[in-house]
Amino acid sequence: MSFFTKFQEIFIEKGYYNLMLEGFKNTLIITLGALVIGLVIGTIVAVIKYFGEDSKPMKPLVWLCDLYTTVVRGIPVVVLLLIFFFVVFAKSSNGIAIATLTFGINSGAYMAELVRSGLNAVNIGQMEAGRSLGMSKMQTMRKIILPQAIRYILPAIFNELIALLKETSVAGYVTVVDLTRAGNLVRNNTYNAVVPLTLVAVVYLVLVILLTRLLKVLERRLSVNDRRRKS
Amino acid sequence: MIDVVNLEKHFGGENVLNGINVTINKGDVVCVIGPSGSGKSTFLRCLNMLEKPTGGSIIFEGDNLMDKHIDLNAHRQKMGMVFQQFNLFPHMTIMENLTTAPMMLKKMSKDDAQKKALELLERVGLADRASDRPSQLSGGQQQRVAICRALCMEPDVMLFDEPTSALDPEMVGEVLDVMKELAKAGMTMVVVTHEMGFAREVSNRVIFLDDGVIAEEGTPDEIFNHPQSERLQSFLAKVL
Repeated sequence: MSFFTKFQEIFIEKGYYNLMLEGFKNTLIITLGALVIGLVIGTIVAVIKYFGEDSKPMKPLVWLCDLYTTVVRGIPVVVLLLIFFFVVFAKSSNGIAIATLTFGINSGAYMAELVRSGLNAVNIGQMEAGRSLGMSKMQTMRKIILPQAIRYILPAIFNELIALLKETSVAGYVTVVDLTRAGNLVRNNTYNAVVPLTLVAVVYLVLVILLTRLLKVLERRLSVNDRRRKS
Repeated sequence: MIDVVNLEKHFGGENVLNGINVTINKGDVVCVIGPSGSGKSTFLRCLNMLEKPTGGSIIFEGDNLMDKHIDLNAHRQKMGMVFQQFNLFPHMTIMENLTTAPMMLKKMSKDDAQKKALELLERVGLADRASDRPSQLSGGQQQRVAICRALCMEPDVMLFDEPTSALDPEMVGEVLDVMKELAKAGMTMVVVTHEMGFAREVSNRVIFLDDGVIAEEGTPDEIFNHPQSERLQSFLAKVL
């Protein structure tokens, strides 16, 4: 039997496309949710570190942020996920929410370093110009520094997003039916490994290619009047 | 308007400013000259506290800016600053460069801010570039926009930190012309500059800084035509 007839038999006739769609949907929810959480945490941590460098009262906060990035980056995300599901939120059975939060917290530690490198890449004169007009540190950060920093690190954020998308494939460890787990369940139920696993791989691949395309479009649009080298 | 009393600034073990006393009155155009490393820029940047002085006081319109409880941002709104490197916001249009601060800080409506910005751009001959980005403008044009950006906040005093030093020679004139107009209109200005012609022609007072102290101070005529100290004489001999 050819690959395609087998494909049709499993997903259409036996109706397993429903399970795959469910997994696909959950993978997207977890990835995008984690991206938002990661960006928010990462930005907050980066801004605290940026201002904390020359401010004594902020030292404890900076220390806390350093602790967060060190701990999170030092623990495999699967272990983090298991701890969150079976220890921290042992009373909850909402695997998707817990997975989203875990991946968000994990990603935040990496985003923090990205955003910080972006903030540091913005010319110091920009902060001075904002302050000289009478804007506060935070106002200048929001209106002047961050928008420029995001442009510098946009490619790196997309790389992080791609890594995040693929990392969510371990969500099955805590009973979440994501794309990978859905494919694995189909394999288990149909005694066919080639078709469902190939489908899963192709879906990830297509998503990553789409994200890469999207990045190219965004970069072009953001750098219209920028004199940095076009890539 | 600004009283600088015994201003000191140390960087690490280095004394950049060693007790500076100056009074800047309303309508003054004060030029600060001196060899590089004499503390000119540091002095100027202390006036709006971009550089935190280590001693002395800066009394601006009756308030000591060194006071910890003072609302520094409110005072900075009244002190426009123009930088050597322009420091325009590259991610914004020229119009947004001008209107962002007034809309955010003075709660000006978008219409009013844009009207004000266009008036200013008109004055410097750049009204037709309002929707361009800074990178599309020449250095001289960017610096004229930077002057407008500061003026958009309707400051009481304008601080210029070597505004023409980063410009190609043929663009220096257009920026100095704008500054002359501004001086003629009665703006209070403190200008750190290497343009001796400008200092001689436009300022009513010249300060010669050397080694972190005011080595000589006077009218342009006194400074340029009758320099007293040997240090100033040798400096002028080199730059004129």
